[in-house]
Amino acid sequence: MTKTKEEKRDAIIAACCIGAFYVLILILEAVVPATHILFSILKKSAVYSLAAVSMNLLNGFTGLFSLGQAGFMLLGAYTYAILNMPTELKLGTSVYKYYECAIHFDMGFLPSLLLAGVIAAVFAALIGIPVLRLKSDYLAIATLGFAEIIRAVFQWEALGPVTNGANILSGFTDLNHIYIPFTKIAIPPTFFVMLLSGICIAIVLLLINSSFGRAFKAIRDDEIAAEAMGINLFKHKEMSFIISSFFAGISGALLAMYQFTVKAATFKTAMTYEILLIVVIGGIGSISGSCIGSFLFIACNEWWLRFLDESSNNIAGLNIFRSGFRKVVFSLIIMVIVLFFRKGLMGDKELTAKNVRQFIAGKKSEKKAKGGEKA
Amino acid sequence: MSEALLRLENVTMQFGGVVAVDSLSLEVETGKIVALIGPNGAGKTTAFNCITGVYQPTNGLISFDDKLVVSGHPTGKMKRDYKGSNSEKYLDKEIIDPTPDEITRLGIARTFQNIRLWKSMSVFDNVLTAKHMRNRQNVFTATFRLDRAEEKRMRQETMELLEEQNLAQYKDDLAVSLPYGLQRRLEIARALATDPKLLLLDEPAAGMNPQETLELGEFIVEIQKKHNLTIFMIEHHMDLVMRFCDKIYVIDFGKLIAGGTPAEIKNNQRVIDAYLGVAEE
Ligand SMILES: Nc1ncnc2c1ncn2[C@@H]1O[C@H](COP(=O)(O)OP(=O)(O)OP(=O)(O)O)[C@@H](O)[C@H]1O
Ligand SMILES: [Mg+2]
Repeated sequence: MTKTKEEKRDAIIAACCIGAFYVLILILEAVVPATHILFSILKKSAVYSLAAVSMNLLNGFTGLFSLGQAGFMLLGAYTYAILNMPTELKLGTSVYKYYECAIHFDMGFLPSLLLAGVIAAVFAALIGIPVLRLKSDYLAIATLGFAEIIRAVFQWEALGPVTNGANILSGFTDLNHIYIPFTKIAIPPTFFVMLLSGICIAIVLLLINSSFGRAFKAIRDDEIAAEAMGINLFKHKEMSFIISSFFAGISGALLAMYQFTVKAATFKTAMTYEILLIVVIGGIGSISGSCIGSFLFIACNEWWLRFLDESSNNIAGLNIFRSGFRKVVFSLIIMVIVLFFRKGLMGDKELTAKNVRQFIAGKKSEKKAKGGEKA
Repeated sequence: MSEALLRLENVTMQFGGVVAVDSLSLEVETGKIVALIGPNGAGKTTAFNCITGVYQPTNGLISFDDKLVVSGHPTGKMKRDYKGSNSEKYLDKEIIDPTPDEITRLGIARTFQNIRLWKSMSVFDNVLTAKHMRNRQNVFTATFRLDRAEEKRMRQETMELLEEQNLAQYKDDLAVSLPYGLQRRLEIARALATDPKLLLLDEPAAGMNPQETLELGEFIVEIQKKHNLTIFMIEHHMDLVMRFCDKIYVIDFGKLIAGGTPAEIKNNQRVIDAYLGVAEE
């Protein structure tokens, strides 16, 4: 079937908006000093967007509740860091202080990044085989357990020659050292991480709108009907789980690039809950919701509400503004959002040209209706 | 070679202590419209669930297209607790326990007594998604749109099915926003999207008035011809069953009590006692 004119026009509008957005980022990076907090927020939200989208693919679109996000991100981050770190650094004593590194090779940034996803996906496949045949509640327990175990295993001394035990890994290619191939021209870091995460999110979006994405949604809506219409539950759940974990692994690697260092202790369950919160705030089953959610979450948490923690802000002598108060306000905001937007900011809708137009038209007709009542 | 497309042999389904289907043997001939009737709780839906792989029968065999597709016999604790007959007969047979999607792939599609449409999806997507089973694309070619011809084929066939059911005008509406009767039609369209040979309908006329029921009957005959189908349906509307079915099986308390042409069934005393008599009261 051919697309209608309107659909074509909407696609062009969407492409232009996305293009304009990336150009804006490029301009900002050229004009505003690189140390501005905006960039750190944008970079981190790009990473978290991908993590949230990959979680949404599983939780929101396939109806499988998994809590292993931090574990898969850890796998991705470590895989990337270990593979990409230059060999001479691995053999030296500055990073592997207490162990002799057992890995005597390194890889370019792209293959390391891809393998970060692949390793996470392989682990997902192995967990999925026993667990996804059971009722879906088991997946949450199994993945939560997996994330905790993997974090402990990576800090285990016996694996020190590979993981550097509980110590920090560093010295791999970070966001500030990405160059256009065959040149010495550095790619602006915020632009770069947003581009990479954007490409991954676009792939997820394409998947969701393909025949397989429809099968995932069928499983989410009604498993019994899906099975009766010939959709193999195990195969499709496993597929969704593997793809979701692949992108979780990539987002872990991007997080490593953003942070310059990797440490197992940062990938706690709290991180999974943060990402889950982003998914819920943005809207379960909405990709654009996850992206908006992660920007708002990170900007609120690390930027907009920071003034609350500064003790110089005393109002009427009350010393309520001390460190930690930010978290109180933050929790209140989240509660308000959850109360007023039961289904998250976006529900299960996407931010598309068509929906925006309908939204504006809806507002107008609402106004008209109200005006009519008055008259 | 017989003409039976579907054959049940001593199928028994026991839940705990309840024997819902008891040694049910019947045949559904190729190209016919066959009805399964019986009072509420007789075990009709359970029989369908055994055929479609939702339940593994406690005992008995089911073959489709002259191939054994389901086979069960009492195992473990059930060996002791089994209340049905023929408990020894199939013990040496290997258990065959297919999943519902494997059954659907063989060419058996169904609708549900309590409608089970995918509620977040449009009318169009409900049918299109059922086409996924026979999709030639793999996840890679589907995601990166490398096989547009296949996608186009699925969409075209979906549109044809919707037109055939007079649902084309609702294609972008949410499936669950349709009136009840149309939802039942959509479920039939969705089942047809899997390209079945045998279509199982569980009370397709439930909640319809006599006029709608009559139309549905004519429509079932029409799709049976058009898609070369064999139809096996559970139905309570006797006028529909008597008028449009070639053969009728009657079950009561899980047991087959009669089977024959509408005329034979109409005059069968056991059926009148067990079922028709009750219905006419
Ligand atoms: N999963 C189950 N577990 C236990 N008992 C069941 C189960 N499914 C069905 N039954 C029992 O089996 C019997 C037959 O139920 P079934 O749904 O097959 O009846 P039916 O003939 O379809 O009736 P109706 O006309 O009301 O749809 C009932 O007594 C029911 O309680
Ligand atoms: Mg029933």
